[in-house]
Amino acid sequence: MLLNGVIRAQALRRLSALLVWSMLVPALTPAQAQVNLAGGWGFRFHEDYSDRWPGPRAGDYMGLPINDAARMAADSWNPALITMPERQCIPHPSDYGTRSPANLVWWSENDPGTQRIVAWKFRLSWMSPERTIWMDGRPHPPANARHTRQGFTTGKWVGDALVTWTTHLKLGYVKRNGVPRSDRATFSEHWMRNGPYLTLATIVYDPVYLTAPHISTETFVQDDTLQRLARPCYPTIEVPREKGVVPTTMPWANPDLRELALETGLPLSVVRGGADMTYPEYIMTLSTLPGTPPAAR
Amino acid sequence: MNKNRHPSFLALSLLLTAMLAVPAMAGAPAPRDRMKVPNVVPALDPNEVAVLPVRDNLYMLTTAAGNIAVHFGVSGVMIVDSGDGTLTPKVLAAIRGLTDRPIAYIVNTSAEAEHIGGNAELARAGSPPGLPDSDPQIAHVVAHEGASIRMQKPSPDQKAIDSTGWPFVTYFVDTLELYFGGTPVQLVHVPAARTDGDSLVVFRRPDVVVTGDIFSPDRYPVIRPERGGSLKGTIDAVNRLLDLTVPEDLQEGGTLVIPGHGRLCDEGEVVEYRDMLTVIRSRISDLIAQGKTLEQVLAARPTLDYDGIYGSTQGPWTTTQFVTAVYRELAKP
Repeated sequence: MLLNGVIRAQALRRLSALLVWSMLVPALTPAQAQVNLAGGWGFRFHEDYSDRWPGPRAGDYMGLPINDAARMAADSWNPALITMPERQCIPHPSDYGTRSPANLVWWSENDPGTQRIVAWKFRLSWMSPERTIWMDGRPHPPANARHTRQGFTTGKWVGDALVTWTTHLKLGYVKRNGVPRSDRATFSEHWMRNGPYLTLATIVYDPVYLTAPHISTETFVQDDTLQRLARPCYPTIEVPREKGVVPTTMPWANPDLRELALETGLPLSVVRGGADMTYPEYIMTLSTLPGTPPAAR
Repeated sequence: MNKNRHPSFLALSLLLTAMLAVPAMAGAPAPRDRMKVPNVVPALDPNEVAVLPVRDNLYMLTTAAGNIAVHFGVSGVMIVDSGDGTLTPKVLAAIRGLTDRPIAYIVNTSAEAEHIGGNAELARAGSPPGLPDSDPQIAHVVAHEGASIRMQKPSPDQKAIDSTGWPFVTYFVDTLELYFGGTPVQLVHVPAARTDGDSLVVFRRPDVVVTGDIFSPDRYPVIRPERGGSLKGTIDAVNRLLDLTVPEDLQEGGTLVIPGHGRLCDEGEVVEYRDMLTVIRSRISDLIAQGKTLEQVLAARPTLDYDGIYGSTQGPWTTTQFVTAVYRELAKP
């Protein structure tokens, strides 16, 4: 009986300590770390598959809120550009990289004293570019600081969503067929974890090439087998060219721009993109447009 | 339960719809008309000098008139370009904020007014290298011979500068080599580029190239055929610059590039710039081959896709002036 009483008393003390600890832990834990993102996240391509896996067709600008300057850049784009030694090892820009065949491996950098998270980092699988999301409230660099392809990113938790803001970007693209995104663009991201799923919504603002924000979403699935990869790229001469030759296509003489409209029967104006077609009511407009006539196909 | 949920869902939907409709009802622009971008990177104050560390003892001073590179060591200070002269006291104060060593060299990348305007005043604030007690106490100005001649005999549209700011050391061959502040410094002449006196300045140990107006990430090059310049020479110069830069990883970083104007760069921006110039040359050549006149070429807007980054509709060098200069060079028989 006595032994049972001691055991009960010890159990009660332990239970009390556990209760006190469970009440203290939330108060001691840094408020910023609402969700743990560390680990591997595998890409899924059920959304926008044709754009993201096989890649978009030349001249396909559908759904993009672009202006005439962006169209001209994309109309001139020549895929041979990426064979140039100066361009072979360029990874996707940070606002596009998560749309590419990209598994993600996340980890945090913590202050050694307080263990507060100073930065979230992740590395993408294709070309292994590395993103840093500063969580310590530091300001963005000044206007004359260097731009990079991954940019400078700060973040904060808004509820359970990690909301980021990225500036200081080099020239990039919003689609892999030459639709440009300028070096004056900025973008925000909302990273939202729901159990084993990680959803990303990206909003790109570009005063040079977009007439409205460009919004895209992707989903990743937790995958603990993923590892960070080394950087594997070494530029070489793939196509011998005279010095200074830059592959380009005359925008007024690009034979590929009508191809998609001719194959699908879609009006050419639809294939050429524009902000209007990002809104649901565009369906009403679309129904009034004549398709590309079969005779022209 | 389901019956109870439906009215709540409907009420929520109506509420959200009403929230979205409020801005439109209040006369605010529709969402599709907005490009609302938070300004988290304020523009630099055009009346101030912004100091940016580059690498080792090399700094970039940004002014509204252009960039100035400042490198220093135990033997003093070397600056590359001196601004247009309007902010020289603040430039000097910025240098003094970095080091109290005397200014020994002022290197000029060209004879353009916005890069030599502070020469005289900054030279008088310095002393020649290795001769701290010499009389007079004037830093040595270094430039290509072509730039030196244009400083001494400015064309009618060029502002003359005090002879104190004229080059003391010149070169007329491909390169000039100096060793200063613990690093080899090479001046690389790029012939018939924007003018006939342009130099790239290479700091080998910190691995930084100062380009003057051969390259700027935010404007078309000011090509001055009346001063010996050409588009062809400018493109050749940018290709020469690409020979000098080596990216560190994923084709960025590594050799850093201080442009004539705008932000600190690396090879990435130089590649975009070279490609832009080359593509525009191809397009205007194509239009000329079609028999287009200058007016027709301007109307065709062959630089439209680049204008948002490099172009200007006002100021001393507009997109129209740039396209006109390119056309005239390419249309020559």
